[in-house]
Amino acid sequence: MLGLGADRLRADMNRLLALLFHQGVLDEQFLQLQQLQDESSPNFVSEVVNIYFHESEKLLRNLRGLLMEKEFADYKKMGIHLNQFMGSSSSIGAKRVRNVCVAFRAASEQTNRAGCLRALELLEHEYCYLKNKLHELFQIEQQRALAAGVRYPMQN
Amino acid sequence: MARNGTVSWRRRSEKVDGFEFSPVDSEEVHVLAVDDSLVDRKVIERLLRITSCKVTAVDSGRRALQFLGLDEEKNSSVGFDGLKVDLIITDYCMPGMTGYELLKKIKESSTFRQIPVVIMSSENVLARIDRCLEEGAEDFIVKPVKLSDVKRLRDYMTKEVKMGNDGTGGANKRKQRESFDLSSSPPSILSSSPPSSLSSPSSPSPSPSRSPLSSSLSAPSSPTSLDSPIRRLKTTNTD
Repeated sequence: MLGLGADRLRADMNRLLALLFHQGVLDEQFLQLQQLQDESSPNFVSEVVNIYFHESEKLLRNLRGLLMEKEFADYKKMGIHLNQFMGSSSSIGAKRVRNVCVAFRAASEQTNRAGCLRALELLEHEYCYLKNKLHELFQIEQQRALAAGVRYPMQN
Repeated sequence: MARNGTVSWRRRSEKVDGFEFSPVDSEEVHVLAVDDSLVDRKVIERLLRITSCKVTAVDSGRRALQFLGLDEEKNSSVGFDGLKVDLIITDYCMPGMTGYELLKKIKESSTFRQIPVVIMSSENVLARIDRCLEEGAEDFIVKPVKLSDVKRLRDYMTKEVKMGNDGTGGANKRKQRESFDLSSSPPSILSSSPPSSLSSPSSPSPSPSRSPLSSSLSAPSSPTSLDSPIRRLKTTNTD
């Protein structure tokens, strides 16, 4: 019975992953991260992704803070935040988030404040979607490991 | 803060002033990874460990120089004895000191210039790649870094280490390295790389490939570099 549950959950995981790939939310770098996970480093992907979430939310707060300033002019600083966001997104395979950063950076280089605001909203939306889906993925993985009778540390 | 003598290779996986390191086995390849992004540090660390490298990951060029003992505040170029570094892999874009500036500082040092330096960058800019290679970078990797990139690096790192091992004993690896350097006259990085097909690093192919040097730097002596046992001695000539 337990085995069947694990199998079905694995299928759920694969389906979700396939969807995210199909939507372009994730790219092959995410698969690369999964390949780096093994018995010696069983939580590697979620560890890296949690660091990414933490850093990304800081960056998003910074970006919004900058754009909300009455006398905002520090496009250079915005560019630095965006480069960081782009880099880390690319490193975990967050393709759509990264692409929005590229567009955002272009608007920033043109000192197009309205364009930046639009890009920021899109970025927040994409990031939210990514975060929700990855949480879903990790939850399924946890349940699958439990169902398969493997001891698996809880993520919070 | 006094660094000499406060850190010894006997410590195990301790965090010291922003460094994370584990002691270096005399046989293991030790890589110093430099990146201001924590996400990227975690990834490169894992990539290197999974290819059997010891890793010290630092978050800035400054810390990298401190680790090597090349900090400007100190006159001595003696670093941590026993913690030899076989490869330095650094991000290009970093606040403060860029990877390019770090590369220059390392190549200006008589003690450390023979350590291969690899640059990572998310931007595939030919001018940037050229500049780094001309300054003596061993290779240039376009991010995101993959396992295949690191495996390729592993090959010419092994050669660097094994070349210095003349069987004279494992006590001080830096001494071995230096004595080896003296015997091969030109101090440039190229002389310590055995692959005979190695062409000048300042003329990579102009195609927007991820790693322009991969063709010239792949070891001719290892037929399928990814499959062959990494620790096996594979030198061609020692001159």
